[in-house]
Amino acid sequence: MTSSGTLERPPLISISLVSAAALAYEILLMRLFSIIQWHHFAYMIISLALLGYGASGTFISLARPWLLAHFPGAYRINLALFGLSSVACTLAAQQVPLNAEEILWDWHQALYLLAVYLLLALPFLFAANAVALALTRYRQAIARVYAADLLGAGLGSLGIVLLLFAVFPGTALKLLGSLGLLASLVAASELQGPRAHGLAGTVLAAVLLLALPAEWLTPQPSPYKTMSQTLRIGGARVIEQRSSPLGLISVVESPRVPLRHAPGLSLQSSAPLPAQLGVFTDADGLTAINHNPQGETLAYLDDLTSALPYYLAEPQRVLVLGAGAGADVQQALNHGVQRIDAVELNPQLIELVRKDHADWAGHLYDHPAVRIHRGEARGFIRRSRGSYDLVQITLLDAFGASSSGLHALNESYLYTVEALQDYLARVAPGGYLAISRWIKLPPRDTLKLLATAVRALRESGIEDPGKRLVLIRGWQTSTLLIKNGVFSTDEITRLQDFCLTRAFDTAWYPGMPADAANRVNVFTQAYFYQAAAALTGARDATFMERYKFDITPATDDRPYFFHFFKWEVLPEILALRGQGGLPLLEAGYLVLVTTLLQALVLSSVLILLPLVVLRSSQDEPASAARPSRVVLYFFAIGLAFLFIEIAFIQKFILFLHHPLYAVAIVLTAFLLFAGAGSAWTARRQAHPSPTQHATARAVSGIAVFGLLYLLLLDPVFTALLHLPVVIRILVAIVLIAPLAFFMGMPFPLGLARLAAVRPALVPWAWGINGCASVLSAVLATLLAIQFGFTAVIITALLLYVLAALVMH
Amino acid sequence: MNNPARFISSLVCVACLCAGTAIRADDPFATARQDMVREIEADVRMTSRQLDREVLDPRVMQAMATVPRHALVPESHRNAAYENRPLPIGHGQTISQPYIVAIMTDLLKVTAASRVLEVGTGSGYQAAILAELVDQVYTIEIIEALGKRARRDLEALGYENITVRIGDGYYGWEEQAPFDAIVVTAAASHIPPPLIQQLKKGGRMIVPVGSRFMVQQLVLVEKDTQGEVVTRQILPVRFVPLTGTH
Repeated sequence: MTSSGTLERPPLISISLVSAAALAYEILLMRLFSIIQWHHFAYMIISLALLGYGASGTFISLARPWLLAHFPGAYRINLALFGLSSVACTLAAQQVPLNAEEILWDWHQALYLLAVYLLLALPFLFAANAVALALTRYRQAIARVYAADLLGAGLGSLGIVLLLFAVFPGTALKLLGSLGLLASLVAASELQGPRAHGLAGTVLAAVLLLALPAEWLTPQPSPYKTMSQTLRIGGARVIEQRSSPLGLISVVESPRVPLRHAPGLSLQSSAPLPAQLGVFTDADGLTAINHNPQGETLAYLDDLTSALPYYLAEPQRVLVLGAGAGADVQQALNHGVQRIDAVELNPQLIELVRKDHADWAGHLYDHPAVRIHRGEARGFIRRSRGSYDLVQITLLDAFGASSSGLHALNESYLYTVEALQDYLARVAPGGYLAISRWIKLPPRDTLKLLATAVRALRESGIEDPGKRLVLIRGWQTSTLLIKNGVFSTDEITRLQDFCLTRAFDTAWYPGMPADAANRVNVFTQAYFYQAAAALTGARDATFMERYKFDITPATDDRPYFFHFFKWEVLPEILALRGQGGLPLLEAGYLVLVTTLLQALVLSSVLILLPLVVLRSSQDEPASAARPSRVVLYFFAIGLAFLFIEIAFIQKFILFLHHPLYAVAIVLTAFLLFAGAGSAWTARRQAHPSPTQHATARAVSGIAVFGLLYLLLLDPVFTALLHLPVVIRILVAIVLIAPLAFFMGMPFPLGLARLAAVRPALVPWAWGINGCASVLSAVLATLLAIQFGFTAVIITALLLYVLAALVMH
Repeated sequence: MNNPARFISSLVCVACLCAGTAIRADDPFATARQDMVREIEADVRMTSRQLDREVLDPRVMQAMATVPRHALVPESHRNAAYENRPLPIGHGQTISQPYIVAIMTDLLKVTAASRVLEVGTGSGYQAAILAELVDQVYTIEIIEALGKRARRDLEALGYENITVRIGDGYYGWEEQAPFDAIVVTAAASHIPPPLIQQLKKGGRMIVPVGSRFMVQQLVLVEKDTQGEVVTRQILPVRFVPLTGTH
């Protein structure tokens, strides 16, 4: 080993570069694996791969003397290996024949899954090794190294979002790999003494990476995804692809066999289906652009449950939330609606209908009656001043922050109690809010929606919500209408006619007799009617309690509309495994739990291993550096940091109203200001005051701002909601800055103290922090599902206080 | 069903039994197949409430005990052929879980004289089961490679009463319509109305709904003697969504 590095300048630029590349790589992997697999499996795979950070702590702890003796080389090689492995391991992982759907039957799948974990953990291991080596080597400059790491990560998270708008994920992968190699080159110059052949080799590798053919890097969706299935049909082909952080959009034409996408179509329908172009997002979630060059009436749209409101009244002003490829807009035009506002989140989807396939779609989005708005549904309606006769939401599932890499279980602010109240506030007297959902058996989301509607109405002071609701269903979809007013007998007669001619069932209307339920699409019991009768009456709480799926209303604090899992039903369902019972399992939640369990086991191994190995070779430590205290401190702050980050991202989504921008901006702001906080502790190290005081001050700062925001954010957001988005972004950044600034301090303070008393444990603490971060992301979601995001924030504040106490 | 038909069908049944026995002598999978049948029987008993019956039609169970499922799955999965689970068969398709196949077949209530249409041949297993029970099965597969493979495999097994067509099943099989029973195993965003039109009065159609690996529910479409259509949505598992109402 050379000196402990007091006077040398740490390679801050290369650290920033590799941290930027590694965080970008994480988000990119989420994108790639959401295309290949399904979102929640992608989440599990990437969470586990991130344990590469924890593993680096273990590895460096064990190989510390050797690595430090060969520092410049070891550091640069890890950077270069990150660059190479990010591309190579991603490609290799795609070759593993993993089919997550078979995992419960086929033990080979568990091995494949493990192989994918290991492959994808490697790039993170190398990136984390580089940072951990720098922290270990430059222990007088820990705060600056950590600041560089955070600043880099912040820029990486923003950079990848921008990059993904510009290039396809495959190209982004090449660029990130090259960025790793560039970091290695920069490190060579930062650390002096580069060897010419090493440099030449790195440059050559970067050139080779960039020259990789695009086909190699194109993610191949699982053969069981909808798009793969569609492409098996003779003549079907992808004619166009667009990519953005919101998803990979593929347009598919099938000239020989029509696509015929008409979910929920009445069995009685004799209406012809138009030719269609299929539009897939991440090779799934089909919607269709109808061929309607003359802008004619498309009669099939009247044979869907969602057409109901047009048969009860004659809405003049319609708002379509989640316009997609335009079926709901066309449905409104069928009925001569003169003013249609249509909101769609994904600008690329709008462009497809409006520009690329405008003639095919009959210039649907340029129809004089139609105004198309880019934006998120909830944000649009909260900022809207309009009043509508009909607000239509059909089979719309939210793009959550999840898709950009943070959660396994989609949170959704579309179907919360507060959301329904927001929508209803824009419904004119006598108008309707119409929400259509897929029917699951046994019923789940339709009932949860019903329960949410009842609560929204009750909380708005409506005493008898049952009089304002009607629910109909086909065999495949249901449509719930919430009226701003009480349904009249005339409306109910029309409703019955509508259902009768289309072979739909009435499931609820005011005054509905029990024997009118469950007649055409028959269940073993009249599930929907029974549930509606219970939920609109006094027995709602008992019913929700007794129901085997969680159908309690989602709220903005617990925005998990798609969470139906109840623990007490698990044994029953597992017992029914062989008899077709597995579809009853709500996979999203279980994936979260299994992710947590796997991460717990692996983290324990990674954390305990160096302790066992190093114990024999080290002297008895000072009490402050006792391993139990080190674990507690770094674990607590590792958990707490992400808890707060994740929970506030959720809070800010409701303010910025765009899940993607909210995540990108909040994450970047958090990381950058935390970096600044870390850098600030570096300055104060010149004036030595006891570390525990500095930690206590940082924790006080976090606690003050955390509590303040818990109380003030909601009113502040409501007051400022009308401001233009740029101003709201600035407000968000200003709000995040002080909190994040303090949050950046505890880690470098603790590490610097550890470096002073027991330097051998520095990489170990880094590894603990890495493991805690992985666990934290999963735990935050599990906690939020159960107790809400407010509880997550409070837990985080308590963990920070615990850390401060441990430091004392 | 009139008596001669019943007589013939029981003869067919006996013939099947004999055929089954004949195969068994040199069939290394005979035991596995028997085990599979016993497992299905046990599962059906447990799910009797949902299915509204204690046992499935013995003829259906006999067909399950006869059709060499292993001959219709890819080589690589042959050893798992008689496990009660779906298996991948290539081209992004699967062969359904035997338990589900048995229930679907039973729900169709076919007789020997029934005219049966299947949309989505896949491996050909469902067609083979039906061919054990009825005189003539018409099956349509949209994926050419699959259709050819199923045709070849079914011919090799000696099924002469199955006609495999490669093409689009949305409009059914006009020349052979109407049908007593229709199975729609190919994924569809909706139940094709032309198929409902090709269903005889008193006929039954079954549509499994779910992913390739998990059937969430079975939709049974019944056309009564007046031509009125009713669907029944059946959970193929014993599960009541409210506690305390078993």
